[in-house]
Amino acid sequence: MRQGLVRALGGVAVLAVIAGSAACNSTKDTNSSSSGGKNCGYELAYFGALTGSSANLGVNIEQGAALAVEQYNTKNGKNCIVLKTFDSQGSEQVAPGVARQLVADTKIIGIIGPPFSGESQAADPTFDQAGIPMITPSATRPSLSTSNWKTFHRAVANDNAQGPAAANYIKSVLKAQKVFVADDQSAYGSGLANIVKSTLGPLVVGSDHTQGDGQQTDFSPTVTKIVSSGATAFFYGGYYQNAGLLRKQLTAQGWKGVEVAGDGVNDPGFSKAAGNAAAAGSIVTCPCAPASQAKGSFVADYKARWNQDAGTYSDVAFDAANFFLQGISAGNTTTTKLNNYINTNSYTGIANTYKFTSTGELDPSLLKVWAFKFQPDGTVAPDQEAPKS
Amino acid sequence: MTTVDVPPTAEAQTPAPLPRRKRNGIRSWFANLPWPARTGILVAVVAAAYLLPYTADVPVIGPQIITTGTDWRTTLFTVSYYILLSLGLNVVVGYAGLLDLGYVGFFAVGAYTVSLLSSPDSLWHTHWAWLETIPVAVAIAMLSGLILGWPTLRLRGDYLAIVTLGFAELIKIIATSTPGFLRGDTGFTRIPAPPGHHADGTPLFGVRDSTPYYWVGLTLVIVVIFAIRNLDRSRVGRSWLAIREDEEAAEVMGVRTVKFKLWAFAIGAFVGGLGGVMFAGFQGFVNSNTFVLQFSILVLAGVVMGGSGNIAGAILGGALIAYIPERLRGVTDPISHTDLFQWRFVMFGLVIILVMIFRPQGLIPSRRRAMELRDRRKEAAPE
Amino acid sequence: MNFSGLIHDFGPLTVTGLAQGAIYALFALGYTLVYGVLRLINFAHSEVFIMGTFACLITWGFFGLDQNSAQPSVGGAIGYLLLGLAVAAVVSGLTALLVELVAYRPLRRRNAPPLAFLITAIGASTVISETIGVLTHHNPRGVPPMISTKPVVHFGNTDITGLQILMVVLALALMVLLEWFVGRTRLGRGIRAVAQSPDGAALMGVNKNRVISLVFLLGGLMAGVAAVMYVLKIGDTRYDQGFTLGIQAFTAAVLGGIGNLRGALVGGFLLGLVGNYGSGLFGTAWHDAVGFVILVVILMFRPTGLLGEALGKARA
Repeated sequence: MRQGLVRALGGVAVLAVIAGSAACNSTKDTNSSSSGGKNCGYELAYFGALTGSSANLGVNIEQGAALAVEQYNTKNGKNCIVLKTFDSQGSEQVAPGVARQLVADTKIIGIIGPPFSGESQAADPTFDQAGIPMITPSATRPSLSTSNWKTFHRAVANDNAQGPAAANYIKSVLKAQKVFVADDQSAYGSGLANIVKSTLGPLVVGSDHTQGDGQQTDFSPTVTKIVSSGATAFFYGGYYQNAGLLRKQLTAQGWKGVEVAGDGVNDPGFSKAAGNAAAAGSIVTCPCAPASQAKGSFVADYKARWNQDAGTYSDVAFDAANFFLQGISAGNTTTTKLNNYINTNSYTGIANTYKFTSTGELDPSLLKVWAFKFQPDGTVAPDQEAPKS
Repeated sequence: MTTVDVPPTAEAQTPAPLPRRKRNGIRSWFANLPWPARTGILVAVVAAAYLLPYTADVPVIGPQIITTGTDWRTTLFTVSYYILLSLGLNVVVGYAGLLDLGYVGFFAVGAYTVSLLSSPDSLWHTHWAWLETIPVAVAIAMLSGLILGWPTLRLRGDYLAIVTLGFAELIKIIATSTPGFLRGDTGFTRIPAPPGHHADGTPLFGVRDSTPYYWVGLTLVIVVIFAIRNLDRSRVGRSWLAIREDEEAAEVMGVRTVKFKLWAFAIGAFVGGLGGVMFAGFQGFVNSNTFVLQFSILVLAGVVMGGSGNIAGAILGGALIAYIPERLRGVTDPISHTDLFQWRFVMFGLVIILVMIFRPQGLIPSRRRAMELRDRRKEAAPE
Repeated sequence: MNFSGLIHDFGPLTVTGLAQGAIYALFALGYTLVYGVLRLINFAHSEVFIMGTFACLITWGFFGLDQNSAQPSVGGAIGYLLLGLAVAAVVSGLTALLVELVAYRPLRRRNAPPLAFLITAIGASTVISETIGVLTHHNPRGVPPMISTKPVVHFGNTDITGLQILMVVLALALMVLLEWFVGRTRLGRGIRAVAQSPDGAALMGVNKNRVISLVFLLGGLMAGVAAVMYVLKIGDTRYDQGFTLGIQAFTAAVLGGIGNLRGALVGGFLLGLVGNYGSGLFGTAWHDAVGFVILVVILMFRPTGLLGEALGKARA
């Protein structure tokens, strides 16, 4: 009988834990519609990672967009426009449910995000069917603009522009004669690596694939191949985690060449994984201008507001939010009108001028790709705008 | 999991006594009702299940139940395919006693078959409709179960576990590393949704409302429950029981163990494939990231937590593992008002440990298994 | 298929494969010891390992060492290494004990079915790794330079570094030590007795719970040493790096014959080599897949692994 009692108690305890966690229900929606000025009372949304292993990039973007909305509200009345945030964790599995949650809020008329290509693929169909215009400040997979989504916009160059730029940098600035190319088999990484390979042509002396972030940490076979290929430059299509470990393990095996990678490695996490000494001199390309070169007082404002330097794509997110806000203040307060506005108008922000083609890509004349270099103190500094050929 | 050689004692030879709490639980009360009452209750439960999407409209209780950080109806759909998967895995683990750590592999086979046949990205360019792909997808999933099972089912329990785990990892690695055929991380897009239109011409299975998906999921769950229940009460089910209890003895008694183990594997694979089909139709997008190994382990945890070898337990366990993490999204803790979300897996792990410590046979223990275990308590874990 | 590449890089691939195999081997010992005694896959062992990596790095952090610090002097490096090994081994050992106490012992007391142990192990593993994840903000932690990366042996295109030699030697030495402990000491005899027949051992006055704790402790100590070797070789650690490595190590244990100490060593080195050769042939992404295929093939011909199960020696 004693055991029966213990069991029953156990069952109750378990239920209590579940119920207890369910009871502390958050009521975040402070529905303050105390909107004074005209065209107020609407919402924008940030959709992307805020927690999880790839949260850094998402937080940069969210803070850039939030800054834009706050500045707008100081001019147009408190809580005029509300920025709602939706945490997708950057994951394809989580994104669809959260996207439906976003769509259910009919006050939202514009979306900044999603930041990553994988989650875009999973969530954008939902936004497209709901007709909500979105501007992604960082998802660079080329196929996103060819999926016939009418509300998709990309405020940066895609991988088709970034890949050749990286290859040209290797060819004309590094003047490498032997290049080794590897990728992590992610859609982003392999797409980029393939373009680099085809642009470099005969300069490529070897290639390899690794597994993705978190699934592989021992890269000794790849390191062996790179060392024995005699390459002086190594391009990695992938994210900073693996790229940093590769750099560290390459240095440990005595390889002295230069590692080059795309914007997925443009993160202080790279030098954290590799160590500043090993990371120094590594090149990352980015379809963005240096945040420090942003016009106006953005850099100082961002630092003052968030107590940290503006990160990769913070400025683009700031611009994207302002593009929406400009449209709203011009009276485009439905999703359809706002989408039309974005499609037909151009906007000059702090980082770039934005004008979208019919597929939602940035006008080709406005594409920018910059090369950045890791410094001996572990920071990333702009190197030069990547050569066009 | 090998039986330890203990000489049969007098107690072990006497027939197992009835469960201690003699038929006083809800289940025995239910079993003793006249059949019209039983049918009535069943119908009511099923109807309530179909009405779950409207939980938010229930005063007071409703808002406590629904998820706040993610769409409630989407969560319900997620719950429905998790239940489907735990029902399937329950056949393999609970009924036949085969430890399968790579169940997500079959889920992947189902989803990939749908993608290959229907997505415009596929190399095959067959452009089938979602409905047409179902029979092929589940057949291929079943076949993959047979192909995996045939060489491996001769292995003993824990070796089987690692081989099935390897199978799931292999499928994921192959999917990732064949950018042409299975499209790796790029994945298949525009997988068609189930057919049907609203009166105004918008698709029935749209992105704004997941309710129809949930209803399809729920219907499949009910069908599978009936099928498995009947199977369990047939010769097949009794053979599984014999194998689970004592494989050598069953073999000696003329049960063709490998054949019935293969059956369990194939049926599990069939249901897993069905889960994959539903997932592909809902998501419209399938890539290699979908099939992480943690997923199969999660489903296994659900089955055992709910009570393996038992349909009600599998349902409860599957529902809980899908529901708890989603429910914890957007919940703040009452003390420091930080988002509890990042702690949700920690809480989840704690819940699992607590459940297993206080209810080692699962939340809803299987009656039949309880009897078996009582029977072999002495040999199972001598203290 | 890149045969010429494989042949060309055969030497370096062998060396790095053996080094990785040393990690697998020590890691696998934990699985094999626990399985040999309890017939239980200790899924939480990967987190025991990860605790070791963080313990070691945090200890070094107290001395101001991080991924950007300069190479310490030889004497200093030896001191730091010994300290790191000691702390990692102790923390991993204690974690293993704690897991046993919280997740397994209550179940044993309740005569839970074998599957229940597997699930609490998964629960414990989730709790530990996610707690580390939240506390470290899911960030990796870098490793200070410790051992010079200059090769000490050099022939053809094959360089062997001091670290690689150290790893293999350490793994072999610990193996011999453990073998001696289990085979020749009083406590070891207790382990063998419980592995062979729990009831018989209990009747003979062996304290079963103490033996089980001891086994977890031993596995944890080995995992701690493996953890230090891992951070030195790989260069960082993160809350979720245990899972995949754990699966590889468990594969190694099964490959050699789970429950068999020498089997763990053989399985570990074999898996390290085979993974590297496969990577040379097909690409690094196939590293783990090759291991699994080899496992299935070997189990088909030797259903209990290469050396068979034999912690209790007398076990058939």
